Amino acid sequence: MSTVTGVEGEERHDFTRAESRHIRQRSLRLLGSLLRPVRARLWLTMAIIVVSTGAQVAGPALIAYGIDRGLPALIDGDWLPVGAAGAAYLLTGAVGAFLIAWYIRLSARISQAVLLDLRTRVFLHTQKLSLEFHESYTSGRIISRQTSDLDAIRELLDEGINQLVRGVLYMAFTGVALALLDWMSALVLVVALVPLAVLTRWFQTRSQRLFRRSRVASAKLIVHFVETMTGIRAVQAFRTEKRNEREFGDLVEDYRDVNARVIQLFGIYDPGLLLIGNACVAAVLVVGGFRVVDGQLAIGVLLAALLYTKRFFDPMEDMAMFYNGYQSAASALEKISGVLEEEPSVPDPTHPVDLWKAHGRVRFEGVEFAYTPERVVLPRFDLDVPAGQTIALVGSTGAGKSTLAKLIARFYDPSDGVVELDGVDLRRLHPKDLRRAIVMVTQEAYLFSGSVADNIALGKPDASFDEVVAAAKAVGAHEFIEGLPNGYDTDVNKRGGRVSAGQRQLISFARAFLANPAVLILDEATSSLDIPSERLVQEGLQSLLADRTAVIIAHRLSTVAIADRVLVMEHGRIVEDGSPAELIGGSGRFAALHAAWRDSLV
Amino acid sequence: MSATPHHHDPIPARTGTVRALFRLREYAGPALPFIIAGMVAALIAQLIALAIPQVLQSIVDGPLADRDARAIWPLAGLVLGLGALEAGMIALRRWFVLTPGTRVEARMRNALYARLQDLPVSFHDRWPSGQLLSRAVSDLGLIRRWLSFGLVLLVVNLIVIVVGLAILVSMNWLLGVVFLVSSIPLWVVGYRFEGRYSEVSRRSQDQAGDLATAVEESVHGIRVLKAFGRGKHALSSFRAQAESLRSTEIEKARLDASIWAWLLAAPTAALAVCLVLGVWLASQGILTVGQLVAFFATATVLAWPIESIGFLLAFSVDARTATDRFFDILDSENQVTDPARPASIERPRGELVFTGVRFRYQDSPDRFGDLLDGVDLALEPGETMALVGLTGSGKTTLTALTTRLYDVTGGSITLDGVDIRALTREELRTHIAMAFEDATLFSASVRENVLLGRPDLAGDDPKTRAEADRVLDEALRIAQASFAYDLPDGVDTTVGEEGMSLSGGQRQRLALARAVAASPSVLVLDDPLSALDVATEARVEAELRDVLASTTALIVAHRPSTVMLADRVALLEEGRITAVGTHSELLRESEHYRFVISSLEDEERREQAEASDIEQIAREEATR
Repeated sequence: MSTVTGVEGEERHDFTRAESRHIRQRSLRLLGSLLRPVRARLWLTMAIIVVSTGAQVAGPALIAYGIDRGLPALIDGDWLPVGAAGAAYLLTGAVGAFLIAWYIRLSARISQAVLLDLRTRVFLHTQKLSLEFHESYTSGRIISRQTSDLDAIRELLDEGINQLVRGVLYMAFTGVALALLDWMSALVLVVALVPLAVLTRWFQTRSQRLFRRSRVASAKLIVHFVETMTGIRAVQAFRTEKRNEREFGDLVEDYRDVNARVIQLFGIYDPGLLLIGNACVAAVLVVGGFRVVDGQLAIGVLLAALLYTKRFFDPMEDMAMFYNGYQSAASALEKISGVLEEEPSVPDPTHPVDLWKAHGRVRFEGVEFAYTPERVVLPRFDLDVPAGQTIALVGSTGAGKSTLAKLIARFYDPSDGVVELDGVDLRRLHPKDLRRAIVMVTQEAYLFSGSVADNIALGKPDASFDEVVAAAKAVGAHEFIEGLPNGYDTDVNKRGGRVSAGQRQLISFARAFLANPAVLILDEATSSLDIPSERLVQEGLQSLLADRTAVIIAHRLSTVAIADRVLVMEHGRIVEDGSPAELIGGSGRFAALHAAWRDSLV
Repeated sequence: MSATPHHHDPIPARTGTVRALFRLREYAGPALPFIIAGMVAALIAQLIALAIPQVLQSIVDGPLADRDARAIWPLAGLVLGLGALEAGMIALRRWFVLTPGTRVEARMRNALYARLQDLPVSFHDRWPSGQLLSRAVSDLGLIRRWLSFGLVLLVVNLIVIVVGLAILVSMNWLLGVVFLVSSIPLWVVGYRFEGRYSEVSRRSQDQAGDLATAVEESVHGIRVLKAFGRGKHALSSFRAQAESLRSTEIEKARLDASIWAWLLAAPTAALAVCLVLGVWLASQGILTVGQLVAFFATATVLAWPIESIGFLLAFSVDARTATDRFFDILDSENQVTDPARPASIERPRGELVFTGVRFRYQDSPDRFGDLLDGVDLALEPGETMALVGLTGSGKTTLTALTTRLYDVTGGSITLDGVDIRALTREELRTHIAMAFEDATLFSASVRENVLLGRPDLAGDDPKTRAEADRVLDEALRIAQASFAYDLPDGVDTTVGEEGMSLSGGQRQRLALARAVAASPSVLVLDDPLSALDVATEARVEAELRDVLASTTALIVAHRPSTVMLADRVALLEEGRITAVGTHSELLRESEHYRFVISSLEDEERREQAEASDIEQIAREEATR
């Protein structure tokens, strides 16, 4: 059974009625919540539009007054009426100009406030969502939510209010004026609303689907683009440029095609509106003409009715533009609201428990972890790690070491059972205390753009520069950092391109050192280091780990030597548990692994 | 007489914008006839729109005033016909312009992408992908809209303004001139606007790119942010960036607002003056009332085109900025290019020679020496050479030079005696395959990822397919990556960003399989086994030995076990190769080598001693 909750079904565009309703309501709720804080300014904006439309309408009337009344008066030597008309005209012009300028600034403020709000929300929410989500929802898609989807919303907010309010106002005024003038002509207009509604309905259903497709197509384009640019080394080394060009070209063509279709749809809708309007004028001419001939209608009235009818449809193009923007923004909102609807599978506690000073005792009680009921990664197990103990996790790739470590770091929650720190369920622990107490360093030492010092300070944002240097020294990173072009202020560039993999790991080590957690998890954190660096790190680790709990995952058994206890894992189970000496002395897997490793050294 | 403020702006900055936009013709060329046709259609539509009220007026004044009932139907038909024609012209305008417009956009997007793939890694080091992305997506979308909408309207409205003004002047030169003169402030405002708006527009588009980069980093670095609980911290810096974008946008709106205000106020002021003057002229009998009414009717028609100029000007400036940003990339010099007359190696033997190779990163400060300072090294065909050196000594950089991901800044690298710069990059990279430590997999099946370097095996005929299966199977076996067969869809499982997430070790093995499957004459492996566990590493090494027996290989090594794969070892120290020899030779002769590689072995010996002590104790305890 398919569903449309959250980001599921994001790439479909064949929703049932119920699904469409769900999605529409979801995005309208989001829109409402975004507009609520700015509603006062929104009303003000609309008021400004009403007044400025009024000022605009007043202009021609003033000119008419100036000619009709001012001219005879002036011939009589009276300058007052024409002077007054001129002055009033100047005034309405000035007021109109001022109001428009005010409107532009105000609406920019509104739309920027809404965008900032939405950006922050999406950012915060994506940070909250668990790794599980990020592993399936690509970074490129999140980027496209934050870029091209937000652009669509921005376009609506910038122009839309003006188009909508002005259009509605104009049509309402004109319609009422026509009805007062000649109700039969107004009736023609009412009849014309039928094809108008049919055309609009047709357009609406078609365009909605196309706009959804367009958002999906642009997201695919972005995903492909980002992947190529971040993996450019592999792209060039393996000469896949031509193939990529073909694939990207196909995506570009898809996107172009759906865009062209949207545009063609407008190419029918927009002239369609115009045609209805012009047909209406002809109809009013017929309806009125015979009455003029019969003497039932004054010629002047007919002329006015014709002009009003023509004008009634003038803002239709604006309205179509508004609808264009609205559709595009609505599909963007659908996608964004889907992301925001995703529940973090590792949610923050509602009543968090504080843990001011963590000792570092970690306990697994009846813990089981499975992605799906069929795919059990860690079958039920218990484990008690006393505070201060250093544990080494050993086992072949895919044995579940990283998963176990991620449960301690609460990257995942167990499917069953409890993981505790100092007797507190991790799920109830205040996130701040959890992150202060438990830090995990992974193999992929990601560096953010910014200086080396910034990257280390990520471990402790309020750290002084001296603390940063001390941390770097402790892990043996100081020397190479000093050798960088600008020392600690060196920009590490995109994806740490200019810092070698080993150096990246050293920086991320320094980061963890600075964070000074009660529980430190090292997942293959030294894999890229050369031997002298690794030695330095290990020396650092001896003192770093002395008074804290540590979980070390390492393929190099040299690291295991500093552990108090070794857990050997296989197929998600802990198959051996003991001190290194015990295990080496035994005849189990660890003894075999150790022997193999020793052989590899000679 | 055509001195409209917008038409005749004799200002260099304006020509700057025009010239910048003019460059678009390279891509917009084929669409140009369509755009011009679209302009014509739009102009006709506008004329009809102007004509319909006139026709109505004359019908009402003529036949209807004469109470001629027979005339009603044909006249209504005429109105309907004109109306249909107008709608038709609008449809034509869209039809002419918009589809070709999307083609221009697509063409530019493909050109940008191709260029970006062609530019060397050093370019990508400097440019965050968020900046590239915002150019590829929103900037090009903006250019398309400007070409198919902004440009058309700008030209049509300018024509309407010029023609309208000419009519005004011809109706009454005094009123016309007053109307013209009172719009002089617009020239000044328009000029100042263009300069300031260009600056702000560029800033806003650059900031949008930075913001995209920040988003990208926050997602790619999510594990770190989560591990340290720094989501809030990242948020505050993201928010700061978003705030600065917001203030730029508001500043943009402020400029926009001021030009709109001027464009609205100036014509109104002119009309107010014309009103008083015109009525006076009429009172003096110089002008008839009918002429006066006609003058204002025409002037009012000009209101919308004049107002629209402000918006269209801003639109054009934004499009210019987007164009500049596009050409920033297209114009950036590619230092790593194919030679004009490329050499070719028919049957590569795999002799790779580094002669006095120097390299420094472009932005490296002068006070620093070259990272590689005269590397001399020769790999015999079929030889496996391990490259050993401290972290940061330039090993990875040296490997990247072999496939010209960067070009040497001095000296040369030759393959079978041919300077690698004399080969096309395509050919060079066919001969030399790499595996990176930082294993990148693309969103494609395992099969496609592993066979990435074998476009010759992409065909669908049974023979190629069978060969592809064989190569794939062998590569996976050598890299100990047969886990791929156990994935949900086997080797057709999608991996990478959009697919299954694999562990670091799994990715590394697939990357290794990829390098092996390319069956190159030279294999360059950058610490390819770092994420593997001991047992797997041993098996990979055993398999690799066979491959390496016949292939020249350069392997960056951190571990003695990896060094064991090599025939000889080269030691990279302070930018030079200071020693070359077998592992045991170097152990004997080079102190630095002992420091780099053997410290752990010493450690290990000590440990072994300890371990045997423990074993001893354990045995003793057992016997006790």
